Amino acid sequence: MELSYSVVTILLPLFMFLFLGLVGIKLPKFVSGVIGTCAMLVTTVIAYAVALTYFFDPQYVVDGVRQPVNVLNYTWLTLGDGLTVDLGIFIDPIAAMMLIVITTISLMVHLYSLGYMHGEKGFQRYYAFLSLFTFSMLGLVVATNIFQMFIFFEMVGVSSYLLIGFYYEKPAAVSASKKAFIVTRFADLGFLIGIMLLAYYCGTFDFVELMKNPGSIVASAAGVTFLGCSAASWALALIFIGGAGKSAMFPLHIWLPDAMEGPTPVSALIHAATMVVAGVYLVARMFPMYLFTPEVLELITITGAVTALYAAVVACAQTDIKRVLAFSTISQIAFMFTALGVARPELHEGVGYMASMFHLFTHAMFKGLLFLCAGAIIHMVHSNEMDAMGNLKKYMPITHITFLIACLAIAGIPPFAGFFSKDEILVACYLQSPLWGVWMSAVAGLTAFYMFRLYYRIFWWNKPDYSHHTPHDCEWVMTLPLVLLAVVSCVAGFIPFSNFVTFDGATHHTEMNWTVAGASIAIAVVGIVIATVLYRKENPVPDRIADAVKGLHKAAYRRFYMDEVYQFVTHKIIFGIICKSIAWFDHVCVDGFMNLLARMANSAAYSIRKLQSGSIQMYVWIYLIGALVLATATFLVLI
Amino acid sequence: MDSTVLYYIIPSLIMFGCGVYGFITRKNLIAILISLELMLNSVDINFVVFNRFLFPGQMEGMFFTLFAIAIAAAETALAIAIIINIFREVKNVDIENLNKLKF
Amino acid sequence: MNVVSNFIVYAVIVLAIVVFSILSVTSRKILRAATYLLFALIGTAALYFSLGYEFLGAVQLAVYAGGILVLFVFSILLTSKPGSNAEPLVSKKRWLGLTAAVAGVAVSVYALVAFFADKASNLMPLRVDMNAIGHALLGTEKFEYLLPFEAVSVLLLACIIGGIVIARKR
Repeated sequence: MELSYSVVTILLPLFMFLFLGLVGIKLPKFVSGVIGTCAMLVTTVIAYAVALTYFFDPQYVVDGVRQPVNVLNYTWLTLGDGLTVDLGIFIDPIAAMMLIVITTISLMVHLYSLGYMHGEKGFQRYYAFLSLFTFSMLGLVVATNIFQMFIFFEMVGVSSYLLIGFYYEKPAAVSASKKAFIVTRFADLGFLIGIMLLAYYCGTFDFVELMKNPGSIVASAAGVTFLGCSAASWALALIFIGGAGKSAMFPLHIWLPDAMEGPTPVSALIHAATMVVAGVYLVARMFPMYLFTPEVLELITITGAVTALYAAVVACAQTDIKRVLAFSTISQIAFMFTALGVARPELHEGVGYMASMFHLFTHAMFKGLLFLCAGAIIHMVHSNEMDAMGNLKKYMPITHITFLIACLAIAGIPPFAGFFSKDEILVACYLQSPLWGVWMSAVAGLTAFYMFRLYYRIFWWNKPDYSHHTPHDCEWVMTLPLVLLAVVSCVAGFIPFSNFVTFDGATHHTEMNWTVAGASIAIAVVGIVIATVLYRKENPVPDRIADAVKGLHKAAYRRFYMDEVYQFVTHKIIFGIICKSIAWFDHVCVDGFMNLLARMANSAAYSIRKLQSGSIQMYVWIYLIGALVLATATFLVLI
Repeated sequence: MDSTVLYYIIPSLIMFGCGVYGFITRKNLIAILISLELMLNSVDINFVVFNRFLFPGQMEGMFFTLFAIAIAAAETALAIAIIINIFREVKNVDIENLNKLKF
Repeated sequence: MNVVSNFIVYAVIVLAIVVFSILSVTSRKILRAATYLLFALIGTAALYFSLGYEFLGAVQLAVYAGGILVLFVFSILLTSKPGSNAEPLVSKKRWLGLTAAVAGVAVSVYALVAFFADKASNLMPLRVDMNAIGHALLGTEKFEYLLPFEAVSVLLLACIIGGIVIARKR
């Protein structure tokens, strides 16, 4: 299998987007969905073939180091001085891994949506946008250069915007889509400035060129400092901010909970598994450069750790199941960022990097599964609120089992996938500093607690009134993806990830650190036990506890007022004070000056309009006299 | 006979002056057109006279006049067509009535 | 003898031109103005004859005196009642016209006299060969005028069509 087949992987979704977008409306709804799904199946098969070829064919390994491959490179823009913007396909371990993740989740979501979106208005549009998103995301991960990455970064933003706003008749969906787009766009501004800075000092956008000798590039830009940090640090920090916006890191996370207004399979695909990890992927892609700017890595670690704790606390208090999952996603992505931030080559051969990518992989699987289960439940009870659910384990056994597997995976219970990856992250944290290790272990415990709170509230607790219609498992197109992903969540942990994905491409061997693992299992079990005690049966204890720490609970429920802070800053300060004064200046000074000019021209015109008498004879007379005066003057001058 | 250009140019100039006077003072559009013809004619005379006195061996002035006459004929025909049209619209041909160009 | 007769011819022609020009712009009857114009044009033709340009004189007579004047007369008859006088001129307008005309003539005469007063020349008799005119009109060399000739013919055609279009009844 040639790696160049990956071109098909990229272009087939684009073609499907055009096809479904242009002629889909002419097709019957179900047919267009099936066509989209089949095309996605083809894409997936080819992507698997490409990725497996890359991982297992020995020709790509030189001296024990897996070499990145530039499959295709095409110069798109020349900006002078040898600075070119290319479009192409670049495959290295993380890109190959992302190909698998994206196509798997995308295929599952395509299949699942056949059932979930059945009968919706705009079914074809939905599939067209899914294809567009898949295309953009694949283009992002195989980008050969940072500019191509930026382009596709924006394109995933656009397709996310389109899909969040899929129910564009719902005001909440419209404002959520706008919020998502504006917040990520704002962060991408940082990304763009970072790219400009980097290109200015390196003279190239190309990843291969950048990674060839990152140390000297960073050193060359070290002379220029701003606020005590070198230009390279600023560039990399700004690029991280772009990634943080896309990956919903505190304080740019506010768009992700609102993005749950979109259809649930979209949340599974975009806002849990793939797009939100684009920021992590971006930092991982640039990781060799980050290694030379430890202060930026510190920033990443702190951001990740704070976000992980914040999102976990907030998730404990939410009642909307999709919101709980959204905050859980934020928390888990923060885990990945923290792992990247604490990764150092000298610490256990850069285990943090590998752990981050590993967690990205497993998290995509089990979080996609959680969202798809949530979608199935919402499909049945027609509500997002926990209070409308309960005791569903009897009615939806398959959903129950798969959801439980996913919860165990995210809580970090062996042998499920999340245990292995989270364990590696905790090991990396402990290696860097015990502070982060303890901190992240605590967050892991919280994770177990809030996930099992969710689980028990949905599947146990009391039995609400289902008399109007009894919930049951969905049809096979929706159940099949659940089962498949559950299987993957069970076994993915046993993949020897360090053989494939490491920061330098070399194969490392990691063994279980049982001290850390045992501690993390213990803390997860504690979380689960607490959740079991509190939520297994309906009882007033949780409310009483919430009352006891009323302030904290309310703050967590309101997400620590972050939205209100944003509201205050944007509306009161920016709109109310800055914009109003600028508007005043515009109205009074700028417009006033223009009006003055217009009025002057007007009055001048009025004063001379009598000359325009309409009498040709007067015109001729004036012309003649003028000509005579000129002739006389000329004559006098000549003589 | 000894003569200068002036002997011929000055009558032509007087003719031109008459044209100017008529153009400015007359009210009837056709009278204005007649004044215009006078001016054109005096210009023709100029061409011929300068050709005859300054470049007797050549014929450029004469040909200019020839073409000017042809164009004058065309111009007059069109102008009269327009005047007749105006007459149909406003029932007279006085220039006082034609000041729609005014502000 | 020859000199005297030449002078008499010259004087008559110039007098006719000047007098009829003045009359044609001062006459209050429009049909008379057209007639005086005819005489002024004939005087011009005579001037061309006396200068030796017989062909030009003939064209002047045929096109101007014959063609254009007929157009004028027709249009006058179409647009005004016969025998009606124009209203008397507004004095302000007359003064305007007079100043413009007199000033223009004065300046031009001054300039011409300043340039040409001392440049008397003896007019040699001139014969313009019809053959030469024909060749010049239909030749394509330098100082030959096939292109303007054709352009004028197209112009005349356009003018005929335009005249019809403008003047026809709707």
